[in-house]
Amino acid sequence: MTTPNPQLDAQGRLKHFLTIDGLSRELLTEILDQAEGFLGVAQQAVKKVPLCRGKVVANLFFETSTRTRTTFELAAKRLSADVLNLNISTSSTAKGETLLDTLRNLEAMHVDMFVVRHAESGTAHFMAAHAAPHVSIVNAGDGRHAHPTQAMLDMLTIRRHKPDFDQLSVAIVGDILHSRVARSQMLALRTLGVPDVRVIAPRTLLPTRVEEAFGVTAYHDLSEGVRDADVVIMLRIQRERMNSALLPSEHEYFQLFGLTEERLATAKPEAIVMHPGPINRGVEMDSQVADGRRSVILEQVTNGIAVRMAVMSMCLGNQHLGSPSQEEATHA
Amino acid sequence: MLNAPRLSIRHGRLIDPASGHDAVADIHLAEGRVLAIGAAPSGFQPDRTLDARGQVVCPGFVDLCARVREPGLEQKATIASEGRAAAASGVTTLCCPPDTRPVIDNPAVARLIHQISKRHGLTRVLPIGAMTVGLEGQSITEMAALKLAGCPALGQADRPIRDTQVQRRALEYAATFGLPVFLLPLDPELSAGGCAHEGIVGTRLGLPGIPEAAETVAVARDLALAEQTGARIHFRGLSTARGVEMLAEARARGVRASGDVALHQLFLSEHDLEHFDTNCHLVPPLRTPADRDALRDALAEGVLTAVCSDHQPHDPDAKLGPFPETAPGLSGLETVLPLALRLVAEGLLDLMGMIERLTVGPAAILERDLGRLAPGAAADLCVFDPEAVWTPSPDTWISQGRNTPFMGRELRGRVSWTLLGGRIVFER
Repeated sequence: MTTPNPQLDAQGRLKHFLTIDGLSRELLTEILDQAEGFLGVAQQAVKKVPLCRGKVVANLFFETSTRTRTTFELAAKRLSADVLNLNISTSSTAKGETLLDTLRNLEAMHVDMFVVRHAESGTAHFMAAHAAPHVSIVNAGDGRHAHPTQAMLDMLTIRRHKPDFDQLSVAIVGDILHSRVARSQMLALRTLGVPDVRVIAPRTLLPTRVEEAFGVTAYHDLSEGVRDADVVIMLRIQRERMNSALLPSEHEYFQLFGLTEERLATAKPEAIVMHPGPINRGVEMDSQVADGRRSVILEQVTNGIAVRMAVMSMCLGNQHLGSPSQEEATHA
Repeated sequence: MLNAPRLSIRHGRLIDPASGHDAVADIHLAEGRVLAIGAAPSGFQPDRTLDARGQVVCPGFVDLCARVREPGLEQKATIASEGRAAAASGVTTLCCPPDTRPVIDNPAVARLIHQISKRHGLTRVLPIGAMTVGLEGQSITEMAALKLAGCPALGQADRPIRDTQVQRRALEYAATFGLPVFLLPLDPELSAGGCAHEGIVGTRLGLPGIPEAAETVAVARDLALAEQTGARIHFRGLSTARGVEMLAEARARGVRASGDVALHQLFLSEHDLEHFDTNCHLVPPLRTPADRDALRDALAEGVLTAVCSDHQPHDPDAKLGPFPETAPGLSGLETVLPLALRLVAEGLLDLMGMIERLTVGPAAILERDLGRLAPGAAADLCVFDPEAVWTPSPDTWISQGRNTPFMGRELRGRVSWTLLGGRIVFER
């Protein structure tokens, strides 16, 4: 069964931003180009553009987050939209109905866009399938599935240092199995034409058939995996994975997969190091690397605002263009 | 049944796998039983004659796994609502797993289900008794009493026994009374938290996986225990190529094991989960196209001797949420016939073979004299039009559970009449 991509309208423009999966290289490049333009806004004395004036954006976070929520909030404000922040902790009884009830109630307040984070894979798709036709959903992270704005800010960061995606080797290190960031990064890198994407982790932290699923190569040795890489992306590892059936200890993990200057030696001399934050220093990487000359971690944060401005303005802008009947037709 | 009318069903293509009969013939029914096939006995005056010209007349279907949700889960479905769906689908006997509320772990619940289903008289509901009290996998149930109360087999629904020693003892005790045991082969630890096949699509969508080994580990354990104990086991709902291969090997060695497959597993695969369709959230999960093809081969070769609906009606809210949070299962009764006929159209089985796997195949697993049309047999019949084209829609759907990925998809083959004990329980 082939279903049309639920995040595009009848004209193939971005309506929701749920996942990188199914989006074209052209569309991803457009997001990056738009974001590039928004980078200048932060340098202005008045850090605002009036693109989304009169629009209401609700940040709906069912999982706690400081950094992502803050950058979405700043992005919306710089676009002159009004912002609601709702931190909703998931209670054991509150499930699907609550999610829909929340959506319906906020729709009744004429919210134009929901930025959603939730612990379960597929939540953003679920919201998009049930949202009113004039409402856009932006995925700020759903379970292990996708975190597409994080991936796009990483792509922007990479492009600003290494403009030619077609020539790159990119290594992603850490807990790929549980990482929505890694999934979206792998899809974005491959879609943008990166020929050599590697994932590096012990077998317990690699999802089944990851190589076929994403068109990447798996490594279990860090020095081997980062050899001649242009970009090394470290993932955050949750402490609760330690001392379990997945990993024996932080000590052994850092010994084998922690990034140090020494282990980075096999990468290209001008390789950049990235991390979606927050860093567990001494587990994923040591401070020498995190704060070193190759680290672009703080740039990622800055770029995050611009990318989120781009995605939000594209989705909200397309709301003006598409007639409701056409939008409904794509949902049918 | 006393009030069953005298009926003649004329001009239909009569297919009875038990006797190998496949020809246009009349069939005459009286007092709830088959009276004669072919010419009517002299002096027979039917109360009503059904014209089955162009249609297939066959034994009513026997479904080894269909949840009716009563008692205890009536917000999802009832014996009456699912009885109507079964009758409209040609299913005259269905086995309901023990995960009702309360659980079918004592004779009172089993009798209650018999009573309610007899009162409605739409389909024969056979309760599968629980192997352990409360399905908790610790103490075995009063199996002899459950048998007396009309349970043809025992099982654990979708809650397999974790403790291998308890499993062994439960199988031994069931074997004492000659009760077959239905087992969903799913290792509880390997499947814990999973909601999709652990494979390419699950990996891409970030859905917690249920690996193939969750099935094969359970199949291996239970085959070993069946050999050890001499118990009769039946694997309910196999989903992997390797699982059916292990079953085939064990059967060849004479192990008393059988297996079935849910019809939807023969048509859908992990790829139907793209875009998180919660109607495709199933346990066992939809696996790879290669698994699906192996299941089809196993059915054609007779390794699997029955197909079933694995009917799991849900209330709308149960399917309304992020994929992993939704309840697994689909509403499958009404697609039994059209999906089975598609296997014929695709050349996997001939019509006789298909009907066999819906009638005498499952009846043999239950060790019940059902699913055949010889004179004297119960007049449970299904008359269907194999060419009728229809499209399931919420307006015409009969089951209380509308959770099916086949909604809106064109299907071929529709039941015209269903007879239970000689009474017409459905006519279109």
